[in-house]
Amino acid sequence: MLTKRIIPCLDVKQGRVVKGVGFKELKDAGDPVELALKYCEQGADELVFLDVTASYEGRGTLVSLVERVADVLYIPFTVGGGIRSIDDIRRILQAGADKISINTAAVQNPSLVKEASEVFGSQCIVTSIDVKRVYVDEQQSTDKTVAETENGYCWWDVYIYGGRQSTNMDALKWAERAVKLGAGELLVSSLDFDGTKQGYDLALLKELSRRVSVPIIASSGAGDLDHILNALTIGGADAALAASIFHYGQYTVREVKQYLAKHGVPVRL
Amino acid sequence: MVRVVVLDYAVGNLRSIKNGLERSGAEALITSEIAEISKANALVFPGVGAFPEAARRLSSAADQIKSFISGGGAILGICLGMQLLLTMSTEGGLYKGLDYFKGLVVKLPSNVKIPHMGWNTIKIRDYSCPLLGDVPDGSLLYFAHSYYAKMSDVEVGSIDAETLYGVVFPSIISKGSIFATQFHPEKSGEVGLKILKNFIQYIRR
Repeated sequence: MLTKRIIPCLDVKQGRVVKGVGFKELKDAGDPVELALKYCEQGADELVFLDVTASYEGRGTLVSLVERVADVLYIPFTVGGGIRSIDDIRRILQAGADKISINTAAVQNPSLVKEASEVFGSQCIVTSIDVKRVYVDEQQSTDKTVAETENGYCWWDVYIYGGRQSTNMDALKWAERAVKLGAGELLVSSLDFDGTKQGYDLALLKELSRRVSVPIIASSGAGDLDHILNALTIGGADAALAASIFHYGQYTVREVKQYLAKHGVPVRL
Repeated sequence: MVRVVVLDYAVGNLRSIKNGLERSGAEALITSEIAEISKANALVFPGVGAFPEAARRLSSAADQIKSFISGGGAILGICLGMQLLLTMSTEGGLYKGLDYFKGLVVKLPSNVKIPHMGWNTIKIRDYSCPLLGDVPDGSLLYFAHSYYAKMSDVEVGSIDAETLYGVVFPSIISKGSIFATQFHPEKSGEVGLKILKNFIQYIRR
């Protein structure tokens, strides 16, 4: 039986792992290679490395870091941040990454998702989507996909440049389009929930799960074990990504998976 | 020293399989030059890229590969590299494979999420398969694929392990010195490394 995945996320800035609140106020959280090995030993199913400032500053991703990680790691890992072209993708994959995640460049140039999935295969193209809720009145007329949440009705706006810029794009529609273009997975992060430890945006995950036929990786908001359980059950996500609960030692990956197993979620222990 | 050639179709991650083979005690060379296999004990078809382009590159080398095998060389196909060993694929059109195993590569059924992505169990059908030494039934391996090898009935004896995802499909097949896995052993942690070590051990036999 296919198991649900737990994916520690390492946000990398200038070769160090950092963690922020709502995508800002970055704090140092350790050496990427050391952390990668530690999580692998704890039973992580995959890892994600995001070069958090790459897109903003227009830098390429850190190829040498990818090589160092690939040389010690025997589980899959994804690299994102500042990837804008087929050549960027080729360089990262050849350095030893299994998948790449495209965010800003996919929004600005959707044909990149199509071309990349044709060249490298859908299974290594992750489309990463950063969203923020826009609350509306139930009766208000809008061309956006509105859904009910615990705080009222909203639609989800796509943000680019590491959460710095709104696009006024409907995230649910964008997700469906990205899948049609060839994205093999969606990695969904919420600016409302990131770093808050209040739980994942379950309303968003539920809406997405109903609409797309590719695996969904839930991101942003994990604060305790039930948050992860809920994302994978109520939210219908296939994988849960988390950062600070692992970086600061609140839980090990194995503790999370043992808890999930106890609640009937299939995991690799 | 066991020498393994990893065939490069110029798309994707080959560093991990090279690392995995080296960690298993082999010397691994990544190359697109098929002539290099004359100096090698084994040839690996890696699991990255799309069928049409990889098959096009392999078709021109088909004769060399055939004489390599008849000369005692071993083959390991991984993921796409497994699918290339079948008769034909429906990925991106209709393309011929190397036809070492009779069967057709088809898309996974639409009642499950595609790609099949993540860690799934294998059910062992033939414990005597050299790749499976000390690999327990029900082991979890890492899969990342949208197509699978639908084997024809004559190949029933070639299936060493199978996996359920919307459909039951072969996850390890073998015939003589030709082996293939639908999962990625180089990305499957300790169990995956064990399978690579078993392959290298088989070559040393």
